[in-house]
Amino acid sequence: MDCLQTRNLASAYLDRELDLTSTIAMDRHLESCAGCRSAFDQQSSLSSAIREHAVYHTAPAALADRIRAAVATTSAERRPNETRARRWQWPSFGHWFQMGAAIAATATITWTAALQLSGLSQSELIADQVVSGHARSVVTGHLADVATSDQHTVKPWLSSKLDFSPAVVDLTQSGFPLIGGRVDYLDHRPVAALVYARNKHVINLFVWPDDASPAAAPMQTLAKNGYNVVHWSARGMAYWAISDVNAEEIKDFARKCAAAT
Amino acid sequence: MSAGLASSTRTGRFANESRPSTEEPPAALPVQDKRERFDQILSMHLDAAYDLARWLTRDEPNAQDVVQEACLRAFKFLDGFRGGNARSWLLAIVRNTYYSWLEKHRSQALNVTLDEEYLDGDESALHNGHHEDSNDIDRVLREADCRRIINEGLEKIPAEFRETIVLRELEDMSYKEIAVVMNVPLGTVMSRLARGRKLLSQYVRQANQES
Repeated sequence: MDCLQTRNLASAYLDRELDLTSTIAMDRHLESCAGCRSAFDQQSSLSSAIREHAVYHTAPAALADRIRAAVATTSAERRPNETRARRWQWPSFGHWFQMGAAIAATATITWTAALQLSGLSQSELIADQVVSGHARSVVTGHLADVATSDQHTVKPWLSSKLDFSPAVVDLTQSGFPLIGGRVDYLDHRPVAALVYARNKHVINLFVWPDDASPAAAPMQTLAKNGYNVVHWSARGMAYWAISDVNAEEIKDFARKCAAAT
Repeated sequence: MSAGLASSTRTGRFANESRPSTEEPPAALPVQDKRERFDQILSMHLDAAYDLARWLTRDEPNAQDVVQEACLRAFKFLDGFRGGNARSWLLAIVRNTYYSWLEKHRSQALNVTLDEEYLDGDESALHNGHHEDSNDIDRVLREADCRRIINEGLEKIPAEFRETIVLRELEDMSYKEIAVVMNVPLGTVMSRLARGRKLLSQYVRQANQES
């Protein structure tokens, strides 16, 4: 790690947000470089000074009351509608069915839309982490904790580090040799990262138990930061494959992988 | 710059706050329950909401307006909040409310900020192999008006850096929580904090030279 990299990462190092590999690289560099160490010490003093001296503005006491009153007014605002509603003529009995159907349909649409929207943002969040995880492994050159093309070595190693046992498949015949595996951290939990190669490219396949949607989910593809990502769920596991290979190749990989697991 | 991030979770001020929720989204709550739930969130996180709004608007009455509007929105959206980190959820609403408020009240908003030219000196110093005087910051920070310099500096750096520093240093949020509040990738949180801190250091050094 050189001085420029160190300066760029110093802030995240200070916040203890770097992964283990980068943290160790930073430790080493700071031990040997007085200039960077002094720059880092200054960042650290600044951070403590902000924590000590920057004003934490607490809300004025009246604000909470004002907000509660405003909320009370908004939730009470429905009453005029209710009085107006009384002036409506009750619909004749034959209309009830239609009205009920319309309400049910609207409710279903809203419910589905809400589910899909919330689902989307959730997978967007995961996609970001998948991209970071992949980039991190490639940039730091830390691809595998256990570097072997033998699936029978990778699987037990991962099972010993995780609270689940991911399927590790051999896709050498399809042109995706296994490079190894490592443990990564995604979606608030440790996950298995299986590393495959495609010519000169690296494919990370992240696997973890999918508590959110235990049912099988069909394959979805997306492109993010120049990477192609495919994700699916099967037998209670979430699979996220990411690489800089083209979209067709990563889909091919995902299909072969899904077929073999 | 996004390399090397641990994307670690750190629990918030309340132990069970950042636990991910696997619950189904709740159906619309009866008004009374909704009010109670809202009250609970408000009493726990109103100060955080106000502090963020106050640092963004840099003005007390405006901060109050933004927080009140944000809270009304939060109440409206409460059915859609699926549990989990209530502080991040509320602060994200405060932040969005501030930026829409800013669109409407651009003339009222304080517009004094340092520009990023401050940064260039710092980076070129490194490229040229010069190291800045390492005692500068420590010397300033030991002085009596350190408090004034820090607060002024923080007020003057651009909002995107200011809000990141406030969430990190004053709210003690993890990068992950900040990413949720600001709706940006982790790498962006990291680079904004790094640049924000550099800007603030430059301001502190400048203040030292002027005094």
